[in-house]
Amino acid sequence: MTYAIRAQNLAKLYQIGQRREMAKYATLRDSLAGLLRRPLGRASVGSVDLWALNDISFDIKFGEVVGIIGRNGAGKSTLLKVLSRITDPTSGRAELYGRVASLLEVGTGFHPELTGRENVYLNGAILGMRKAEIDRNFDEIVAFAEIDKFIDTAVKFYSSGMYVRLAFAVAAHLSPEILIVDEVLAVGDARFQKKCLAKMQDVGQQGRTVLFVSHSMQAILRMCDRTILLDGGSVVADGPSHKVVNTYLGKDQGAMGQREWLDPARAPGGEVARLRAVRACDPAGVIENTVDIRTPIIIEMEYEVLKGGYVMIPHFYLVNDDNIRILTSIDMDPEWRRRLRPAGRYVSRVAIPGNFLAEGTIYVEAGLTTLEPQIGQWYEKDVATFQVADNMEGDSARGDWGGKIQGIVRPLLDWSTTYSGS
Amino acid sequence: MSAVNTQPTVLPAEPVKAPHKPLVVIGSGGSPFALRLRDVWEYRELFYFLVWRDVKVRYKQTLLGAAWAIIQPLMTMLIFTIIFGRLAGISSDGHPYPVFSYAGLLPWQFFSAALGAASNSLINSSAMVRKVYFPRLVLPVSAVLAGLVDFAIAFVVLLGLMLFYQVVPTLAVLLLPLFLLQAVITAIGVGLWLSAVNARYRDVRHAVPFIVQFWLFATPVVYPSSLLSEPWRTLFGLNPMAGVVEGFRWALLGSAPPSGMIAFSALISLVLLVSGLFYFQSVERKFADVI
Repeated sequence: MTYAIRAQNLAKLYQIGQRREMAKYATLRDSLAGLLRRPLGRASVGSVDLWALNDISFDIKFGEVVGIIGRNGAGKSTLLKVLSRITDPTSGRAELYGRVASLLEVGTGFHPELTGRENVYLNGAILGMRKAEIDRNFDEIVAFAEIDKFIDTAVKFYSSGMYVRLAFAVAAHLSPEILIVDEVLAVGDARFQKKCLAKMQDVGQQGRTVLFVSHSMQAILRMCDRTILLDGGSVVADGPSHKVVNTYLGKDQGAMGQREWLDPARAPGGEVARLRAVRACDPAGVIENTVDIRTPIIIEMEYEVLKGGYVMIPHFYLVNDDNIRILTSIDMDPEWRRRLRPAGRYVSRVAIPGNFLAEGTIYVEAGLTTLEPQIGQWYEKDVATFQVADNMEGDSARGDWGGKIQGIVRPLLDWSTTYSGS
Repeated sequence: MSAVNTQPTVLPAEPVKAPHKPLVVIGSGGSPFALRLRDVWEYRELFYFLVWRDVKVRYKQTLLGAAWAIIQPLMTMLIFTIIFGRLAGISSDGHPYPVFSYAGLLPWQFFSAALGAASNSLINSSAMVRKVYFPRLVLPVSAVLAGLVDFAIAFVVLLGLMLFYQVVPTLAVLLLPLFLLQAVITAIGVGLWLSAVNARYRDVRHAVPFIVQFWLFATPVVYPSSLLSEPWRTLFGLNPMAGVVEGFRWALLGSAPPSGMIAFSALISLVLLVSGLFYFQSVERKFADVI
């Protein structure tokens, strides 16, 4: 068996103080002060240890295309940095059997004052390409980037799309035995993204080994046969991509669009009320794992009131991938508002409109509170998870823009532009 | 949206063979005394491209362009001539003071500019350091080498000055490349130290201008080292730039060579280079975390 990458017990420790923007670099004074306080120990005053990678081991065979997924802060980027030799692991080791090129960012080292042509050479050299190699691929790079007319223009005059296309084109023509790619495909317009994906697939089919980090499950499923899931700096799943992706999205709770508590004794809640199920489904009631950004999604909770005579407020929280609470939504149905509820089974539904949530993973949290007395009966995290995906057909709020979009919601708003003459 | 372009044909690529020995081992620690120069050699073209970039970009969007490479030493020489040559009446070993000071300023300004550029080279390229692997050595070294272009331009002015004052070089002029090499070695050595420390402690950024200023007066640029008697003159070679500057004067103007000092300073330059290399390589893998 031939391996391309063998990682054994890789670990990386960061001292949080080191990582924070403000305290990113020390001054001599701090270190001297630390030395005075702890003359013999290590100067680590006021910093907290964080294991960005914790005992990571895996073997990757030659020619495998492997995806790496996980929530933000799971250690994906750190792993790529260690394997790219950008930073050393704190302990453990890894063997790389072949020339490695890593692409953690497109256009690193691009200089705005230089022309496209000059930047191709500069960037190529930075990524480890030989001049002869760049010469050989030059025409192809320019054709791939679709900027032939502007190749001798300074890149500071490029549009951001042109800039990114040229930068990716250079990187796409790297021909190492092992290619390590961070989420760099989330740039450019949708068509160019597809082209880049196709190019990367070609790389994989040439028998090269590719390690590929992405938040896009579609890209992972399409490109990688095998996927590694990281969480908290450890490998929590490693296997066929569709299985690992399901594990990730469902967080081990079976179908991710729904969660049911079949055993009432284990269900959240108490003597007054108990949660039985939470579902995320389309308007027709079909449980959805991936939701088109343009279509509404229904989130419902099914619960049992065991003790009648309370006013109840069921509510949901939606949380995104960055652990930001996008919204809190409270049951406003006039039928049951301020009305004492008899015991029995209930289903409370809320419709989240289409063209409202941003792309990405949405985690649903469910709660129920009684009024008078005000008591939280349950608050349950991650009761359902779904993916909001944009099909890039141009009629969502992203319009014709294919790049990253900031913001935690993405409503489709009314715009008008008037022309007032020249 | 426009039709999808035809994919550029992918070459049927040289069949990729799996090597049986790891090409790279990460986290093995490695001997602290192993200079990873083979790796640096692999990236030799990057030196060229970075130097070329620095040179190309340096005078972009300036009105006077490369004339700055002449204006700086020329104006400094004028000021030195007025203050130190005329007002203070400092000896110039019998040479016209303008030529005397310019011959010293030439390597000095190369050195001081190289030091400034090298010490900030890692920080100025922090995006590269955090996102791409390459031997970090390339950054400070290419920053130093880029200064050679300015040196060459300023050198032309020296030729003009020598012509004007009718200074005829002796055979010693053949040694000039050696002294230039020493200046380069010294700048790289000190640049490696400063850039590596600067990555960790930004104090360096503030200290460098001060160090350079102090160092100038500790170097026989405005005065001749003949003011010192032996053995102090030889000990003066502890400052390697003293040897470089006196070497330049010897090679260009034919001043009597303070050979003891020059030999001693050459040794110090080598010590700086070698220690700089070891120190730099012992900390370079931490750069991405601290920069």
